Amino acid sequence: MPRWGMVIDLDKCTACQACTVACRVENNVSFAGPDEYRRGRAIFWNTVVGVMEGEFPEVRAEYIPMPCMHCDNPPCVKVCPVGATYRDAEGVVKQLYDRCIGCRLCMQACPYNRRYFNWQVPEWPGTFTAYRNPDREPQPRPKGIVEKCTFCEQRLRKAREEGRPIGSDDAEGVVPACVETCTGGARYFGDLDNPDSIVSRLSRSPRAYRLQEELGTEPKVYYLRPGQWEKES
Amino acid sequence: MIKQRQQRPVVDPRLIQPILRTGGAYYLLVALLAAVVAAGLYVWIRQIRLGLAVTGMNTPVYWGLYITNFVFFIGVSHAGTLISAILRVTGAEWRRPITRAAEAITVFALIVGGSQVIIDMGRPDRVLNLIRYGRFQSPLLWDVTSITIYLLGSITYLYLPLMPDMAILRDSLPTEAPGWRRRLYRLLALGWHGGAEQRRRLERAIAVMAVLIIPIAVSVHTVVSWIFAMTLRPMWHSTIFGPYFVIGAIYSGIATLLIAMVIIRKAFHLEAYLKPLHFRYLGILLLTFSALWFYFTSAEYLTTGYGGVPPEMRVLNAKLSGEYQAAFWGMVAAMSIAFVVLLLPHLPAPGRIRLPAFRPRFAAATGVAALLVAVLIFNQAGLVTVLTDLNVGPAAPALPWLLAALVALFAVSVLPVLRQNIIAGTVIAAFFVDLGMWLERFTIVVPTETRPMLEGYVIGIYHPSATEWILTAASFAGFVLLYLVFVKLFPIISIWEIREAEEVIPHTVKKQSYLPEVGPMSSKG
Repeated sequence: MPRWGMVIDLDKCTACQACTVACRVENNVSFAGPDEYRRGRAIFWNTVVGVMEGEFPEVRAEYIPMPCMHCDNPPCVKVCPVGATYRDAEGVVKQLYDRCIGCRLCMQACPYNRRYFNWQVPEWPGTFTAYRNPDREPQPRPKGIVEKCTFCEQRLRKAREEGRPIGSDDAEGVVPACVETCTGGARYFGDLDNPDSIVSRLSRSPRAYRLQEELGTEPKVYYLRPGQWEKES
Repeated sequence: MIKQRQQRPVVDPRLIQPILRTGGAYYLLVALLAAVVAAGLYVWIRQIRLGLAVTGMNTPVYWGLYITNFVFFIGVSHAGTLISAILRVTGAEWRRPITRAAEAITVFALIVGGSQVIIDMGRPDRVLNLIRYGRFQSPLLWDVTSITIYLLGSITYLYLPLMPDMAILRDSLPTEAPGWRRRLYRLLALGWHGGAEQRRRLERAIAVMAVLIIPIAVSVHTVVSWIFAMTLRPMWHSTIFGPYFVIGAIYSGIATLLIAMVIIRKAFHLEAYLKPLHFRYLGILLLTFSALWFYFTSAEYLTTGYGGVPPEMRVLNAKLSGEYQAAFWGMVAAMSIAFVVLLLPHLPAPGRIRLPAFRPRFAAATGVAALLVAVLIFNQAGLVTVLTDLNVGPAAPALPWLLAALVALFAVSVLPVLRQNIIAGTVIAAFFVDLGMWLERFTIVVPTETRPMLEGYVIGIYHPSATEWILTAASFAGFVLLYLVFVKLFPIISIWEIREAEEVIPHTVKKQSYLPEVGPMSSKG
């Protein structure tokens, strides 16, 4: 049984946000529109968070692309009162859209704020209608429930049905949309339990770290620390 | 005095007057409150149609006023049952005229508090999933369980002592009273005739319920706090939260009871029953919980500030000097005013104070001692360094506020009315306690959400929308409305328990301070 994980090389990431866009289209994530975006109602299964370090002019910006961390010890799963979120046999944290009661306790529990609530009826206003794919899984979610990144479960399922390989190890391997689209080739996807897989090897790199590891959530998304940037003297 | 039939004690007409006679003001008030509740219903239906986007909630402020109100009302529900239960268990005889009023608060606050969760849910239509798929690993299910048990227990606990009163009303209702009332009381009296065996059983049942309801009530606000404390969020993940919430709950519960009592007293002319002594005793109870509240609050905030862990400091700063400073310092001011007003009647009157400071030798000794202590503490570090290390620096912008509050407090404290009129003073304090407790619930729920633990993550902004404010107003209106309907159907002062007191408590001067002196209560037909 594989244990799916992801590695993101921050040295290769250009913060171009292609992952965010690909994720939206792949997963039928609704567009909030500028007004609702400003009110904090937009949904981002994947987002790129900017962290500024230092004081001007010695400033260093770090951009961290964030899908769901798919924790092996997920705090969100623990607190769900109805079992609407669960960690499947392959370690992917999923959401049962037709069971969720919308209490949002899982969102409070997630230390990465990687869960999103449908504050309104999902909309694709104006020309954005073209980005809505009514034929493809997952279907747009109704208002009032929580949704999240699933490592593109529909892709993984289809690959298994068609007998195609999964993961970055194979050139033809099926990977989540954010990994496939990454312009810098910064993202890797695969089986963390296979010691020879790319993600497994990179996760053991001295550059590898996970976000808020100290919380004991055991995230399965690893980051490769960017190299030290020296100011020329 | 009307002569009653044989073997039927006369009921003090003052106790059943509220049930029999209704003035125009009552209907006006009911209509007003019903209008507010109707407005709330309208915006709620609109919210169900459009989604929670009609609120001010967002990512990452997932919870707002609804959860604040939930915590507040569930807190208020501790008024009743817990206070009345403790007073029963400890055999405090002065409890008799106030237990019913307290128990009714519990039931209605629980109904209103519980409905806040339904209002807050994204999919209220799926509420039964909590039973179909309920998981006991979730703190939310602990809440559902605990609050349900508490509601059922409180209704039982309200009903048991109501039974003999139902029989009294059934038997002594004037002939012109409407038939449905007679049927209602006959039904609820469950064939009560007041025989020795019935009385023995009832007293046993009440005694058992009084003991059982105390741990249930404590569990309720403990698990409410655990919804927050079981997450890893800064300033929520705190072991003190269980007891801190319970203390605050009883605190706001006593305050709400006092406000209800003064209104009942005035509206129904029950001055003979709700006496200054009741306000004084409950005021002392309120003062005790005020002190406990300050103790818990300072323990919580000092520990957080002293530790200085960055994610927690971000939340602390948001409260002390950030966008939530008005709510936070408003809470501190309200609680301080309540404390001083409650303390005043227990201090010697200004004219009688003989300050030792005016005795030269004593003043000199005190001054030297204070100087020594100050030098010992501050000669190394200096006051500023000490304050910096305590991490109270962020509170600096609030210092003018505090100063203003202190001046206001001093001004208030010289008002002779608060000192002489124990009822006015206690009720003013109770009002500030309820205000402060609502602000406390708000400053616990919201600021933490705006400062997610992950550095670099967006800072949340929360402005409650009109929908949320209207639903908040409707919740308070609904609570009062339920109470108003209750006092029209049932005696708000337990008739049989007062009558029982006449029989079981020996006549003393003390007894006269909490029961009507002489009256038709003791006379038998």
